[in-house]
Amino acid sequence: MIRKTGRILTAVLTGVLAISLVGCGSQNQTQSSSGTQQTSDAAVTLTGAGSTFVQPLLMQQVAEYQKNHSNVTINYQGGGSGFGIQHLSDQTIDFGATDAFMTDDQLSKAQGGKVLQLPVALGAVTLSYNVPGIPEHIKISPENLANIYFGKIKNWNDPALAKDNPDVKFPDLAIIPIHRSEGSGTTSIFTHYLSAISPDWNSQVGSGTSVNWPNPTGKALGAKGNPGVAGAVKSTSGAIGYIELAYALQNKIPYAYMFNKDGKWVLPSLEGASADAASFQVPDDMRVNIVNGPGAAAYPISGFSWALIYQNQTDKAKGTAMVNFLNWALHDGQKLAPSLSYVPLPDNLTARETAMLKTVTSGGQPLLK
Amino acid sequence: MSTDNNRLYESMGDKVLRYVTLLMAILVVILMIWIGWQMFSSSQESIQHFGWAFITSRVWDPVHHIFGALPFIYGTIVTSVVALIIAAPIGISVAIFLNEMAPSTIRKVVAFLVELLAAIPSVVYGLWGIFVLAPVLRQSVEPWLTKWFGFIPWFKGAPVGFDMFGGGIILAIMILPTITSISREVMAAVPTAHREAALALGATKWEMIRLSVLSYSKSGILGSIMLGLGRALGETMAVTMVIGNMPKISSSLFSSAYSMAAVIANEFTEATYSLYLSSCIEIGLILFGITLLLNIFARLLVWSVARGPKGGHLV
Amino acid sequence: MINTRRNFVNKLMLGLFSVATFVALVPLFALLGYVIKNGITSLNLDFFTKLPAVMGMSGGGMANAIAGTLILIAIASIIGIPIGILVAIYLTEYDRYSWLSTTVRFTTDVLTGIPSIIIGIVVSMAIVAKTKHFSAFAGGVSLAVIMIPLVIRSTEEMLKLVPHAIREAGYALGISQRRIILNIVLPTAAKGIITGAMLAVARVSGETAPLLFTALGNQYWTHSLFKDPIASLPVQIYTYATSPYDEWHRQAWAGSLVLIAIILCLNLIARFAFRSRSN
Repeated sequence: MIRKTGRILTAVLTGVLAISLVGCGSQNQTQSSSGTQQTSDAAVTLTGAGSTFVQPLLMQQVAEYQKNHSNVTINYQGGGSGFGIQHLSDQTIDFGATDAFMTDDQLSKAQGGKVLQLPVALGAVTLSYNVPGIPEHIKISPENLANIYFGKIKNWNDPALAKDNPDVKFPDLAIIPIHRSEGSGTTSIFTHYLSAISPDWNSQVGSGTSVNWPNPTGKALGAKGNPGVAGAVKSTSGAIGYIELAYALQNKIPYAYMFNKDGKWVLPSLEGASADAASFQVPDDMRVNIVNGPGAAAYPISGFSWALIYQNQTDKAKGTAMVNFLNWALHDGQKLAPSLSYVPLPDNLTARETAMLKTVTSGGQPLLK
Repeated sequence: MSTDNNRLYESMGDKVLRYVTLLMAILVVILMIWIGWQMFSSSQESIQHFGWAFITSRVWDPVHHIFGALPFIYGTIVTSVVALIIAAPIGISVAIFLNEMAPSTIRKVVAFLVELLAAIPSVVYGLWGIFVLAPVLRQSVEPWLTKWFGFIPWFKGAPVGFDMFGGGIILAIMILPTITSISREVMAAVPTAHREAALALGATKWEMIRLSVLSYSKSGILGSIMLGLGRALGETMAVTMVIGNMPKISSSLFSSAYSMAAVIANEFTEATYSLYLSSCIEIGLILFGITLLLNIFARLLVWSVARGPKGGHLV
Repeated sequence: MINTRRNFVNKLMLGLFSVATFVALVPLFALLGYVIKNGITSLNLDFFTKLPAVMGMSGGGMANAIAGTLILIAIASIIGIPIGILVAIYLTEYDRYSWLSTTVRFTTDVLTGIPSIIIGIVVSMAIVAKTKHFSAFAGGVSLAVIMIPLVIRSTEEMLKLVPHAIREAGYALGISQRRIILNIVLPTAAKGIITGAMLAVARVSGETAPLLFTALGNQYWTHSLFKDPIASLPVQIYTYATSPYDEWHRQAWAGSLVLIAIILCLNLIARFAFRSRSN
């Protein structure tokens, strides 16, 4: 008995010694994929990460796309726009997604060369809240919104809130402003909006994917990702948070009217975001912030979400799968957008993006046919 | 095969095993040094940029490229201290109960249950914290404390549930098994003769525990508390799920805060420029430094009681 | 009079210790109770056989995360357990008392106290950034680093329990040291070593923090251990717990139940099936 165990142990130890001496030389062995039907296309796995703003739409698109392209697996992890930018830059993921376009500084640090930024979704950021006994949509003026996030309006029964909502009976309940705890494009859209409407915010806090949130009350909370903020709002009474419209609708969380540049109260909607975007010209590099646009129907806290890919793809199979998927997502895939309350991208924009996708090459060969 | 060859083969085998094990042993030391070096070298940019001010600055502002670690250090220390205040007396009591009082069947069951507490993953504590603990704190415990002890600044303010108090309680539950098991180890090292001597002199059981067990093992128990503290300082998931993730310093325990480990979990992979990344790693370096010192000190204390620095003397 | 006071204090203190023990167990039952209550209702066949549903949709399971956790544990064990055992052999069989073994032993103890998230950072910088891939391999390595000191400690204790007489008998018969160690000492302590290793495995199988930076996550099956991110139960639980979807919350509870069950099984098997006679 003892001898037998001894032999096994000896064998195991010797084996492991061999492995550890050989070292990590054998890193490129890959498991054969389980796909049985050998189509002309080999199996490809793409890893993407970043924006959670676009995640509900993107995941639906991926699921839909894979019905007809079983050889392509697209693993999309949220993580936040900052994650997408950072890991596209150091090339640990195949494509990124962000709702705050990459700055020149960030572009210059991307290790894989030129990055293309393609708008893949247009959506609205809601101010969602969890306050028992008040209607599904209250009105929050820009000043009040800034003051809530400044911590100056501390309680839902503050007269400033009541002024815009004369019919609503607000409870005596502390306001808990919720924001993102990681680098976030949704934060970028939201803080760009706050900076646009509040000079104080612009000078004291500013805008970006992560900001130094004021918290004089000690009640503000940070949560990870759009899902995290939505979850925190849902489970914390008194909370208010900014989330993409799809999350508010999917989880039936009440959200507020915003006061737009033309002086109208508007609810976040497909049409509102679309009207907001319509007043902006999208430049050649596709980088544009569209908060607080003019127009009676415009919903002021709207934004694009961009897919990030390298123009020069090192792996041809991956690159081809990626441009094909993105091209599909920009056209057929947009049909899924309205059901999740994203705005289908206008045809003139997607046509320009397809042209951009055609510039993606691998070894000098364009990948999109 | 001749005998000589065989012997040569055997002695070769001896050498190989000896040197391989030696190599692996050295590897462990190198691993430790390498971890420290990696952290240190990767945080150079922020160390050079901010200097010591990094530790004393309260501002964490990625937009304006200003980073200070104080709020995270503060949040980490406060939650850990809350955890210790709760867990240390209870953990030591459990150890005393198990070692000195409980009959062997109860001891086995309870000891197993306490170890089970240690086996539950941090993320499950976090899940429980979000959906069970935080609502209870928010609706009952914190309002009650505010009502009766609200004059103390620690218990001021409207309850949130996701705050330093909640973080401290979760940590207390998580470090209790550490304190208990190591206290038990050092108490078990107290020679039976000491106990018998105290009892023979007419001491009550408590007096025996106090005079012979506790006084003999107090430095080891202190070590167990410090190891518990070390675990609390570095705990990540459960804390990030309940602490509120807000880098602000507030005197009230009912305020949201942030811990060093939590900010790394949230921002390490998101840092979009090198100074930001380097600052995250420097927070890790500080955490590494604190836990390292604490562990070195605590291990020396425990070793002094339960197990000599030499490997030979096993209790 | 004094005796009554002493008796009273005695009873009071002993009472307090008992109450404290009871208090310490309350959170355990509260936690296990919730995990079982909320988890069991969401456990079904789909949970073990299906991939996660698309965000916001109902149904789906955690099959890939369960498999991913097992794969990560396997990689960590393949790397961590042998290294741990080898170091322990060095510390007990070759060099018990020198400054080097004291240093190694001390480093091992200190390494146990290093927060796992730090190990996550370092492995991420060393492997993910260099190989350009989040991968099961990177995740497994970070878990292995956490395991190594645990295995060293438990194996060392077990090897020390092997009586010297056994080794001396071997020498007297002219057996080489290597054979004594591999064929006599290790087998004698085998059960204890396996127990320790399994407890170390149990300890790392719930680790989340280092995996966030190394294994990332995956909503599908992983095709390559070196090139693709891999799903794991702890990370999936974290993602689901912090989401707004009720369905995901239910699955997070179910996932927790499965994870605790895995850890508990490892613990129980280690304790009872391999209980060492010398213990």
